[in-house]
Amino acid sequence: MAITPPEERIWWNEPVARTELIWIIVGFMWGLFMFFMMIYWHGAGEQNLSNEAYRITPETFSAKTTEMVDKYKVREESNFPVVHPPPGSDVYLIGRLWQWWPILEFEKDQSYRLHISSLDWQHGFSLQPTNINLQIHPGYEMVITVTPDQAGEYSIICNEFCGIGHHTMIGKIYVTE
Amino acid sequence: MASDTQFRTCPTTGLQIHLPAEKLIKANAVAAVVFLAIGGLFGLSVALTRWPAVHLLPADWFYLALTAHGLDVLLVWIIFFEMAILYFASAILLNSRIAAPRVGWTGFWMMLIGAVITNIAVLQGKSSVMFTSYVPMQADPHFYLGIVLFAVGALLGCCVFFGTLVIAKEEKTYEGSIPLVTFGALTAAIIAVFTIASGAIILIPTFLWSMDLVSNIDPLMYKAVWWAMGHSSQQINVSAHVAVWYAIAAIVLGAKPISEKVSRLAFLMYILFLQLASAHHLLVEPGISSEWKIFNTSYAMYLAVLGSMIHGMTVPGSIEVAQRAKGYTNGIFEWLKKAPWGNPAFSGMFLSLIMFGFIGGITGVILGTEQLNIIMHNTLYVPGHFHGTVVAGTTLAFMAITYLLIPLIFQRELIWPKLARLQPYLFGIGAAGISLFMMGAGTLGVARRHWDITFTDAALKFDYPGAAFLMMGLNGISAILAALGGILYILIVVGSILFGKKVDQSIMKGKPASSVVGKYGSAGTLAIPGTVVLVAVFFTTFVLYYFVNWKYLAEVWPLR
Repeated sequence: MAITPPEERIWWNEPVARTELIWIIVGFMWGLFMFFMMIYWHGAGEQNLSNEAYRITPETFSAKTTEMVDKYKVREESNFPVVHPPPGSDVYLIGRLWQWWPILEFEKDQSYRLHISSLDWQHGFSLQPTNINLQIHPGYEMVITVTPDQAGEYSIICNEFCGIGHHTMIGKIYVTE
Repeated sequence: MASDTQFRTCPTTGLQIHLPAEKLIKANAVAAVVFLAIGGLFGLSVALTRWPAVHLLPADWFYLALTAHGLDVLLVWIIFFEMAILYFASAILLNSRIAAPRVGWTGFWMMLIGAVITNIAVLQGKSSVMFTSYVPMQADPHFYLGIVLFAVGALLGCCVFFGTLVIAKEEKTYEGSIPLVTFGALTAAIIAVFTIASGAIILIPTFLWSMDLVSNIDPLMYKAVWWAMGHSSQQINVSAHVAVWYAIAAIVLGAKPISEKVSRLAFLMYILFLQLASAHHLLVEPGISSEWKIFNTSYAMYLAVLGSMIHGMTVPGSIEVAQRAKGYTNGIFEWLKKAPWGNPAFSGMFLSLIMFGFIGGITGVILGTEQLNIIMHNTLYVPGHFHGTVVAGTTLAFMAITYLLIPLIFQRELIWPKLARLQPYLFGIGAAGISLFMMGAGTLGVARRHWDITFTDAALKFDYPGAAFLMMGLNGISAILAALGGILYILIVVGSILFGKKVDQSIMKGKPASSVVGKYGSAGTLAIPGTVVLVAVFFTTFVLYYFVNWKYLAEVWPLR
């Protein structure tokens, strides 16, 4: 039994039953498949995170974002500036207690280099309803190229706990036709 | 050598029980159950707050309760109970005296004091930083200090376990190799050493940082090292609860591993490939390369997953063999139908096995896939997954073995045996519901650790789909079910220990002693068609669900 020493002292020489052996092989092949699937998706899939990231101070990131806002601001909404950067450009998004700043406006099927960083604690970038989730650290600038493929109004929820106002931390991204 | 007066002979199993070991087991098990009660009630209040129609707690209390819930159940309840299992699997199963019981007691008190200190820190309100306590968010120094004390205490417990193995070997209290269950406990203890070391490496500097003695802790480095503790400790749980599965199958049904070699190899895989667990918490972080993520979440072969998949066949397989040997040979499933479903130890164990595999296991692999993590990270899918592993899997398995420990170690009969029969079902169904509905909500994008999904106080507005609210309501109802099961468990355990009738010789009759299974390798004992069907259903579910998630991923915005 499992609570007593093995009956056969030389248990490591006992033959393995065929059923077990087949299952081990199936499980192993499935493991290999799942490993290669991740690599395959890097070539064939459209949703992969870039490996681009930089160390940055909150001050520098804040300055870059403000510069972009000054350049491309089109209107204000609930005290947030709304920016409409040209397709293909570098777009900056700040996560801080407790807002995503500024509001971004993208054009459908255009690509943008989106830079995201936090100015204080960790935040969770959770784009809804499309459901893209990224972890945002202070001191690290994450860069991903996004290509919104559907027009509409999107919300950025914070899904990393960031203190008592965490549940009020919402940002917006508009995607226009 | 220990004197004979320190031993008693268990009248039913014939095991030599070392009284100092028995005392340590009792103390650790009781502490575990107390913290399960506290942490469970915090959990219920969290679930009731997240049920939008109820929304029980105010925001500050919610985040406080959530922090306490994570610490008390994920850490304190489970590790205390694991200490009891380690002492049981060494001293009791090996008929040995326990090594250095005083060290064991020192460990126990350090764990208890540490747990109390951290709980006080949380209740004081300035340490609502969640179980993970990600920097640069800062808790009070004694929050970290309590956890460090607790961890060092647990390390002492592991040392006592290792020492007991050495003593048992030297004093020849058993012949040949250690039993499989002890082997499983040994894997858990080895992983625990690695886990606690990682915890010390990150929490000691963080403690110093909270006292302004260290100027800066890099948040990414913190996360990487913290998870070497945070998720490896889940690998301790898996090793421990798989050992418990084998133990219950052996004690209740006389089941014996189909192959010692295969089962032991599967345990060994947990030790060798455990680090991949910590890697899959870092899949959407900046500054970590895809190569690193892919390799470290899979080691190119997913061998730790393979270990669990092997146990997923060998545990029910050993039960099927034992049942068939008893004559339940009709059809594919007579052995399962005629299993002792009224025995809470068995029903709890089998439900734990099924739910850990189907709910916790499959979803864990999906979450740990580099790109799929994008659509799940930090949504409620994550707690959904780990309630499938740690609640429906580990906690239910530990509850199940308690029903055997009460007569064996506490020498008491169960009070309310009829309610005890119901308990695993009540708790199991509740836990499965919690898990599934949270994952459902997570798939709809609902964030974890979030007080208000209606965003009433936010400057900008967002509405989750109605289905998300439905999921949160169902999650609340499931949490109530699980809480009822949990309360019942605690009442039965505490009631039996305090007021249960002293065990006489008849209570465990018909239990183990002789092996009902034939020799290894004999073809007749190894036909396990029922298990093959179960495993085939599992594998089909796994593969289908895996591809469904790639389909979901393909629908989100293209990202490069």
